[in-house]
Amino acid sequence: MILVGRPEDIPLGEAVRVEAGFGSKVPIAVFNVDGELYAIDDTCTHQDASLADGWLEGCSVECPLHASCFDLRTGMPSGPPARTPVRTHEVVVADGLVYVRVTESVEAASVETAA
Amino acid sequence: MRTIAVIGGSLAGISAARALREHGFDGRVVVVGAEDRLPYDRPPLSKEFLAGKAGVDDLALTTDADAGLDLDWVLGEAAAGLAPRGRSVVLASGREIVADGVVLATGARARPFPGDRISGVHTLRSLDDAVALREDLLAGGRLVVIGAGFIGAEVASTARDLGVEVTVIESDPLPLGGVLGPELAAVCTALHEDNGVRLITGTAVTGLAGAGRVREVRLAGGRTVAADAVVAGIGAIPNIEWLAGSGVDHDHRGVWTDAGGATNIPQVVAAGDCTFSYCPYSGIELRQEHWTNALQQPAAAAATLLGKSAIPARPTAPYFWSDQYGARLQFAGHRRPDDDVEIVEGGLDSRRFVAGYRRGGELVAVFAMNQPKLFGKWRRQLVAPAPAAARLS
Ligand SMILES: Cc1cc2nc3c(=O)[nH]c(=O)nc-3n(C[C@H](O)[C@H](O)[C@H](O)COP(=O)(O)OP(=O)(O)OC[C@H]3O[C@@H](n4cnc5c(N)ncnc54)[C@H](O)[C@@H]3O)c2cc1C
Ligand code: FES
Repeated sequence: MILVGRPEDIPLGEAVRVEAGFGSKVPIAVFNVDGELYAIDDTCTHQDASLADGWLEGCSVECPLHASCFDLRTGMPSGPPARTPVRTHEVVVADGLVYVRVTESVEAASVETAA
Repeated sequence: MRTIAVIGGSLAGISAARALREHGFDGRVVVVGAEDRLPYDRPPLSKEFLAGKAGVDDLALTTDADAGLDLDWVLGEAAAGLAPRGRSVVLASGREIVADGVVLATGARARPFPGDRISGVHTLRSLDDAVALREDLLAGGRLVVIGAGFIGAEVASTARDLGVEVTVIESDPLPLGGVLGPELAAVCTALHEDNGVRLITGTAVTGLAGAGRVREVRLAGGRTVAADAVVAGIGAIPNIEWLAGSGVDHDHRGVWTDAGGATNIPQVVAAGDCTFSYCPYSGIELRQEHWTNALQQPAAAAATLLGKSAIPARPTAPYFWSDQYGARLQFAGHRRPDDDVEIVEGGLDSRRFVAGYRRGGELVAVFAMNQPKLFGKWRRQLVAPAPAAARLS
């Protein structure tokens, strides 16, 4: 698990990016939707944009470059140009701290989404 | 309607085909494309693909899901004529496609540098162009880019990354001044020199010289610049010549359409880089040679063709982005020369900022460098300029 920080570090309607290296090979974005935390891979599956920079609306984040929307719960894109889902990760709050349990592989992520 | 022909197999074409199906059209959809391959994405051609960081597969615009659209692809064949009243399309081979509706999506082609063709001289529009250019860049040497617009600047930036010596020549005193205004154009222009690219402005190229292969570029005033390869990034020409005699209104600026993609001929609509369309946001007709327009305009055109209303509640502002020298540039809205410019976030020196353009106090356009998140915030505050008729002056 990687440590993200304290819950109050992630304000309502905002996202924080955890850079690659802290227990994850790729950067991860953690979003606060009405007090509910969601973690996904930060890099858009279309090209090179950070989803933590995207526009949050409900449970969906709009990529800041070409506006594909990703569902934070499933990682699924709503439509082009993105074609593949982003990986979703489990968020764990323990002892007043926020952690992300990084989903190991893309396969694992899609099994989770299908379930 | 039983058959709809989509002419042009790129971003606007595939987007139109998808939109027809989304609107419930279950007849035959024939997509005619002059290129011998399925739709692919062009923006990476001057960026990741030219740099060797993305391959051909990464460019694909179609997905497995598109197989479910049940499209009839006719690839490697250009449309050569549209019969009056638009019911039939004749291909270069002589084959005829009879259709009840036609979507024009033939895009644009790069404007070639005038004169005889010599080797080592490139334009960049297609995948083949990018492959040929990359080969020349990998051979090393000196590249001269003619035109410091977005494509020219991106090619210069990528070539520099590949270790090529680059000179950019621009006839305007200030590149991008017409798009961004002098203050912000100057900030973008500075990126060239900061990255070791020589920029010569206010000077026109008069000719290219070399026996068999380009050797030098001649400038007005008699100067010459040595070159092993040349890229002309001097604009694009809409592919509309094939519409001569069709009765569809068009000129050198493109196919004329209204906001919904309708042309003057019923059952013929148009979208993407081949159009010169009324833009409800800007309040004028214009050709938007940008990716997002080619993605979105086809949805309106498809709705028009099928007789559905597609007028959005709020007009969306034109948008484009560019990546140069590691900087991400984003612009949305419509700028006029007399708009006021103000830095609303960050600072010019840090190269991380958002600038707003105001007209009569209203925010009509935004431009950002390396600030995608704040750009998104400001973009949502854009106000469509008041229609010209309501203006006092
Ligand atoms: C190198 C490059 C970089 C770019 N970068 C950016 C960027 O960073 N940001 C941005 O916003 N935009 C960018 N663009 C612009 C963007 O790619 C275009 O706006 C978009 O491709 C337009 O799509 P389209 O389908 O309308 O036209 P096109 O992509 O031009 O496609 C038209 C298709 O129709 C075919 N065709 C032509 N004539 C006929 C005929 N008679 N019959 C059948 N088929 C025909 C052509 O072969 C072509 O495949 C870039 C463009 C290029 C070339
Ligand atoms: S990079 Fe996210 S949609 Fe293109």
